Amino acid sequence: MTDNLVAIPLWAAVIASIFLLLGAALSLFGAIGLARLGRFYDRLHAPTLITSWGTGGMVMGSMIIFAAAGSRVPFHEILLGIFVVITTPITLMMLGRASVYRDRAEGNPDVPHAAEEAE
Amino acid sequence: MSLLLIQAATWIAQLALVAAMFLCTFRMIKGPRAQDRILALDALYVCAMLQLVAFGIRSGTTIYFEVALIIAMLGFVSTVALAKFLMRGEVIE
Repeated sequence: MTDNLVAIPLWAAVIASIFLLLGAALSLFGAIGLARLGRFYDRLHAPTLITSWGTGGMVMGSMIIFAAAGSRVPFHEILLGIFVVITTPITLMMLGRASVYRDRAEGNPDVPHAAEEAE
Repeated sequence: MSLLLIQAATWIAQLALVAAMFLCTFRMIKGPRAQDRILALDALYVCAMLQLVAFGIRSGTTIYFEVALIIAMLGFVSTVALAKFLMRGEVIE
């Protein structure tokens, strides 16, 4: 812990701590959901809590701390937030499509039919 | 006072993220199919990235945030490659 964190005011520390604890607690809830939910398509929703509120809360707390300390411009956190928000829907969509493809190839009954079969 | 508050908040956040990483590892070991394991690996990458953000707040230096950016990028590329491999059987066609 460096010395420039001593200089930040108490209200900024309180707000940043609330954001940090909120982000960490909600990412823990997302991980609990990932461990406990039953099917794969239910489990696909749980880590989005980690990537949306977990990353958002931690990044927001870090931005508040470093902006209040005045030590540097919070540029890395902005990049990190934008990158995670952009990449998470891509990965989860590709994973869901791969899972649907595998389930259909195995003839698993609880996935929806393909579009040309439903007509 | 504010230093103590931030220190306590980052400690508690890091403990919660360690618990989240253990749960992701549990799902990655147990997961009945390959897509469960890939999903748990992606969540584990994001949790490691958040762990490094908390560590960067505690240490006050910039280098841990750059490490977090690299980890986020590697997690994205590896998850996309693994999902493509599940879908098509090969990564580069």
